[in-house]
Amino acid sequence: MLATVIQLIINGLLLGGIYALISIGLTLIFGVLEIINFAHGEFLMLGMYASYWLFQLFGVDPYLSLLMVIPTFFLVGLAVQRIIIQPIINAPPLNQIFATVGLSLVLQNVALFFWKADYRTVRTAYSTLCLKTGGLMISLPRLVAFVLAIAMISALLMFLKRTYTGKAIRALAQEKRAAMLMGINVYRMYQIAFGIGIACVGAAGAILIPIYYAFPTVGALFVLIAFVVVILGGYNSLVGALIGGLIIGLVEAFSGFFLSPHLKEAVYFVIFILILLFRPTGLFGRG
Amino acid sequence: MLSLENISAYYGDVQALRDISLRIKEGKIVTIIGSNGAGKSTTLNTISGVLRCASGKIEFLGGRIENLPPHQIVELGVVQIPEARLLFPYMTVLENLELGAYTPKARKGKEQNQEIVFGLFPVLEERKTQLAGTLSGGEQQMLAIARGLMARPKLLMLDEPSLGLAPLLVKQVFGTVKEINAQGITVLLVEQNVFHSLSIADEAYVLENGRVVLGGGGKEILENPRVKEAYLGI
Ligand SMILES: Nc1ncnc2c1ncn2[C@@H]1O[C@H](COP(=O)(O)OP(=O)(O)O)[C@@H](O)[C@H]1O
Ligand SMILES: [Mg+2]
Repeated sequence: MLATVIQLIINGLLLGGIYALISIGLTLIFGVLEIINFAHGEFLMLGMYASYWLFQLFGVDPYLSLLMVIPTFFLVGLAVQRIIIQPIINAPPLNQIFATVGLSLVLQNVALFFWKADYRTVRTAYSTLCLKTGGLMISLPRLVAFVLAIAMISALLMFLKRTYTGKAIRALAQEKRAAMLMGINVYRMYQIAFGIGIACVGAAGAILIPIYYAFPTVGALFVLIAFVVVILGGYNSLVGALIGGLIIGLVEAFSGFFLSPHLKEAVYFVIFILILLFRPTGLFGRG
Repeated sequence: MLSLENISAYYGDVQALRDISLRIKEGKIVTIIGSNGAGKSTTLNTISGVLRCASGKIEFLGGRIENLPPHQIVELGVVQIPEARLLFPYMTVLENLELGAYTPKARKGKEQNQEIVFGLFPVLEERKTQLAGTLSGGEQQMLAIARGLMARPKLLMLDEPSLGLAPLLVKQVFGTVKEINAQGITVLLVEQNVFHSLSIADEAYVLENGRVVLGGGGKEILENPRVKEAYLGI
């Protein structure tokens, strides 16, 4: 029994790291631009396909593909911010929702058009490797994905904590008008924050491809989880998104074992309702 | 140094400023007084580029600045310390000061400037690792002024710095404003505390319903019977 619990904790945390990486991008975009990016899941999907095709066409290892996916998705984020987000930045919430939901549908259909509805994954030499110790089994690609996700999250938190640009982004999220009055170029910070958010979720897609399937609507599955994580973490707290991601990973592992994996969406929904009832600002929210 | 000529500004369809004209000479303390809702903050925000200037022109050191983006106006040396302070509440005192020195020019002299600011407000040095949101009201106002000074302003605009402070602290704030001015920084002071601000001002303008209704020397305005009646209750 104890071994089972430990195994579940390991499984949950490994999963949670990826959830955290997806969610932290969503939180950053929401915290800085005050926009809910409903197309977030589709950028995850594109990250998965990017890594998939780099492997299929050029034999690039999915983990190595991060070196291309991260900068490319950052630039894609800049462009999307410029073309789609910036025009609606001061628009009423409903228009903002239409814009990002619309983008999400367009991206799904583009993926469907080019790559069909097939399930695609990458099989590498290490895909099925497992570390076995003391009755525990740790899947190697899941472990690598977790380590990379945590490393990227730590790098992001350090960037925001230590660099001038990072501090300017945080300042903007806390008090926009003061940030303008201190000489911070708000438009530039919006671009950078959006670019980073998209780079994070693209990277999450790349590290998912060895352990999951890419298909045009895969984003919807993960973005639901990301929304629960963001609400659990407290909307505007990046550390909250990290810890929220790990918690949701654990919840999924335990509910899958003790209830049923098919009930996982129902379990998220229950958590969602409980948070809204008992702690609407989330675990780390600041109102 | 700064001149506004027939400025008007709107919130939606509502006109908040009508043909505002004023001049600020280098090295002076100029004050804008007026009751709540007169348009004082709107004037500062229009100068700062936060609010669109619908018509008229604004000149700073010989160049037009109306409707430049706010960060460019800061880079030129026009810095506003906003009403209600608007500190970055979840950042430390030190981080707030660092962000004050955000422009490339201000960043170069940051350490040196920080020394000067700590000289002016020693309590901020004691609290440098404390979160800004946890400071007392008086300390928050000091930090707001200090953060503005970190930007190395040529013209510093203060929006009701004495608001909500105890009488002793109010006196201290006006003392600080004089001290800042004595170091060569031109000051535009917006206040509802009419007596104190007119006492330290070289020039003053009275704003009512988005219009300049009176202008002149600080002492002169202080002696004006209409001002006495309307703002000083004498
Ligand atoms: N954000 C805003 N939206 C709409 N009207 C505003 C806004 N800010 C100020 N006003 C209006 O503009 C006028 C001038 O306001 P303000 O410049 O803040 O006055 P003051 O700073 O002199 O107290 C007031 O009538 C106020 O109600
Ligand atoms: Mg005001």
